[in-house]
Amino acid sequence: MNKEEKAVNSEKKQRLQWIHITKRDNITFWQGILIRAIAILAALVLCAIITVIFTGANPISVYATMIKGAFGKGRLLVTIHSLAILLCISLAVTPAFRMRFWNIGAEGQALVGGLATAIVMYNFHDKLPAGALVPLMLVSALLAGAAWGIIPAIFKAQWRTNETLFTLMMNYVAIQLVKYFLKVADKTGSNTVGPSLLGDGIPNLFGVQYLFNIVVVAVLTGLLYIYLRYSKHGYEISVVGESENTARYVGINVKKVIVRTMILSGLLCGLTGFLIVGGAAHTISENSIGGQGFTAIMVSWLGKFNPLYMVLTALLLVFMGRGADEISTIFGLTKSFSDIMTGIILFFIIGCEFFIRYKIHINRRKKEEV
Amino acid sequence: MNKQVAIELKGISKHFGSIQANRNVDLTVYRGEILSILGENGSGKTTLMNMIAGIYYPDAGEIFIDGKPVAIQSPKDAFDHKIGMIHQHFKLIDVFNATENIVLGIEDGGKYNLAKAEEAVREITEKYGFEINPQKKIYDMAVSEKQTVEILKVLYRGADILILDEPTAVLTPQEIKKLFNVLRAMRADGKSIIIITHKLNEVMEISDRVAVLRKGEHIGTVETKDTTEQQLTEMMVGRKIVLNIDRTQVENPADRLLVVDLNCTNQEGAKVLDHISFTARSGEILGIAGIAGSGQRELLEAIAGLQPLDSGEIVFIRPKKNLPVSFYHKTLKEVKHLAAEGKFHYEDGTPVDLSGKKNGEIKKLVNDGKILFNEDEVMSLRDKTPLQIRELGVRLSFVPEDRLGMGLVGNMDLIDNMMLRSYRKGNSILVNRKPPETLADQIVKSLEVVTPDLHTPVRKLSGGNVQKVLVGREISSAPKVLMAAYPVRGLDINSSYLIYNLLNKQKEDGTAVIFVGEDLDVLLGLCDRILVLCGGKVSGVVDARSATKEEIGLLMTKSKQTTEQEVSAHE
Repeated sequence: MNKEEKAVNSEKKQRLQWIHITKRDNITFWQGILIRAIAILAALVLCAIITVIFTGANPISVYATMIKGAFGKGRLLVTIHSLAILLCISLAVTPAFRMRFWNIGAEGQALVGGLATAIVMYNFHDKLPAGALVPLMLVSALLAGAAWGIIPAIFKAQWRTNETLFTLMMNYVAIQLVKYFLKVADKTGSNTVGPSLLGDGIPNLFGVQYLFNIVVVAVLTGLLYIYLRYSKHGYEISVVGESENTARYVGINVKKVIVRTMILSGLLCGLTGFLIVGGAAHTISENSIGGQGFTAIMVSWLGKFNPLYMVLTALLLVFMGRGADEISTIFGLTKSFSDIMTGIILFFIIGCEFFIRYKIHINRRKKEEV
Repeated sequence: MNKQVAIELKGISKHFGSIQANRNVDLTVYRGEILSILGENGSGKTTLMNMIAGIYYPDAGEIFIDGKPVAIQSPKDAFDHKIGMIHQHFKLIDVFNATENIVLGIEDGGKYNLAKAEEAVREITEKYGFEINPQKKIYDMAVSEKQTVEILKVLYRGADILILDEPTAVLTPQEIKKLFNVLRAMRADGKSIIIITHKLNEVMEISDRVAVLRKGEHIGTVETKDTTEQQLTEMMVGRKIVLNIDRTQVENPADRLLVVDLNCTNQEGAKVLDHISFTARSGEILGIAGIAGSGQRELLEAIAGLQPLDSGEIVFIRPKKNLPVSFYHKTLKEVKHLAAEGKFHYEDGTPVDLSGKKNGEIKKLVNDGKILFNEDEVMSLRDKTPLQIRELGVRLSFVPEDRLGMGLVGNMDLIDNMMLRSYRKGNSILVNRKPPETLADQIVKSLEVVTPDLHTPVRKLSGGNVQKVLVGREISSAPKVLMAAYPVRGLDINSSYLIYNLLNKQKEDGTAVIFVGEDLDVLLGLCDRILVLCGGKVSGVVDARSATKEEIGLLMTKSKQTTEQEVSAHE
């Protein structure tokens, strides 16, 4: 290639660079809200288009169905309860996440909490009064969850094992334990054990179903916010998460903080299991947590590890999920359809974070020259 | 000098987010010259050069090579235009030898012929006077040798325009001389050499012309022979500035920190501190010089309680002789215990006997300042954690090298960063953000920290302001010992002088200051004594008022030379 050709070539190259991505430095609060609102709107529009293609219904009725599914008559309490449960398990992973400890084992930690609750219920529901049974269920659930949390924490603190793999694998151990319990408890070989063997669990508060769970999670949200934001422990968690070296430099015992925080995370996961099994489902199966331990990761991240923001992100996910469920039921579509819808919605919500962090410049001037 | 233009920049601009790194820069480089790009940290020197080397692409402006406009979109494009850059951080593969690293990544369609390549490398080294063994593995090399390999890599690819980013930062005075000789040989061969630097004396020594950048803009280019250091500084900073560091006389020095025969092995099993002993005295600045990685970091971290030791002792001496005991450092029980050991006397010199006295009486005596120490208090800091050191009441402050990774938390605001040292105070389980807020406010005002407000994450502040926040916090506890590692690295001239003044102020207040530095001119100008480290050993302690740069440079490489001499003596 001679020099002239090269020069021509490089001029072409120069024109090619017409899209340009740079990191945003600052984004105002309202810009952030706007980008997210556009993302949610776009997700809803796309969901409607797809539903219209498959069902022929008019888009307005699709949205109406979604809203009715989430907040319609007789649905509101269920939706709030779903929100409470998702929020509870999301709160559970948050202290660990703020410490940059990627606990993806909330599913298993909650499941062993639920299992412990179920075992207590199975053995004592007809032998103890509620006043003794419920505390016993609670304590055993908390201990089981904490145990599932502390094991990976100790390994991480002592030998720097990878917490992501470790907590993930612990999920499978939890599932196998539940399977074992099912075999022992129900000789018919059923894959769930229900109220007939477990009893009624936590009595309704003021006669309202789910109210106990909702109140517990509401109080917990406030307490955790204060713990993370204003307590010395919360401050230590943030320092360890941001920089272990800084933590050591100011004399924070990093190992202790890791173990202590994971105990807390495990305790709260155990609490979630207790609420699900004891306070709502009164059944136990390997799907009792239903993947919420993983959804919680998203809730926590999207809520920037702030318990108050997480109320909103959890609400959004619950609303979308329940709306999508309703659409597939009303329009006679399979469960997979609601999964597709949830997938689309999550894609947009997570995808918009890119536009919050980066700015895209389009170099129009160069294009015109061509 | 023949005035043939090698490369010309016209109207080059580049910004990152809201930061304008370069604004409308015009620059011309001739063949056969050495051009210095001079500017403070953050003035856009490296960004500008990275655009020539294909690392970044300009937002606006054009680059001409031999009069033709070119688009350099990758380092490969740069090489096609015979431009090569030697970065500050070397990009070499440790387990390969010099030649293997030099030919790595070349696709010339030919066969992989290492012997031939080695021959070519030898030719280049002889031509320009490099000293290097092409078969030596990188992991056996000193920093200066690694740099040589990087330069050879660029020359081997046929570069005519060489850009060196702060090439002298890692070298001793003697190695700098050698590098400059090589650069002169390349200039004589018609190559264009661009050196990015902020050291004025080197600019004066090596370059033909100097281009000065300030805040991303090209202020001007001057012929080196027509300018002075003072004029260049003014161009760099934008106004007149006095380039003298004050050094006050040492008053009433007393031993404050004794380091005795420290030995320390790092995680890889290498000996990083080797029989280190020294004394830091109050009212004195003790400088620590040495090539980067000679054990400076480990030494300071060992004293701060962050580095486990193999053996040795670290002793802190608290000046207490004839001074009253207080409940600030000692509990009632400890006072009784020490009294029983006969450690105290009254003002009239009679020994203190507290046996049979009631607690209330003893408390009154202590609070009235009647009980005095016989001797200074001596306490061992060995194997203490940073927290235990604090609990002993030892006011030891440490400004670490890694400011945002160790001294501060980048994502936290000023207030939370102030709180790092003090958040444990009080029995409440909640933190009290009021005192740190007051402290942050004081530091912002007294040290003129430029920040939108106290709630800005410190990582958003400029390097100088970050350092002011850190140093401000560390001296706020009125330390008895203050250790600072490279406290002015990356700072502009103003901030640097502010830090020197703060250290001097600490010295006048009777603090034992330990200053780890890299710029020998600064060490010689600021410190009272200089301890030179070499390969984890103390190779000498010199009086900063009489020592020369060459003397320290020799000490910095001393142990290596002696071992080499020993080896040759054995042969």
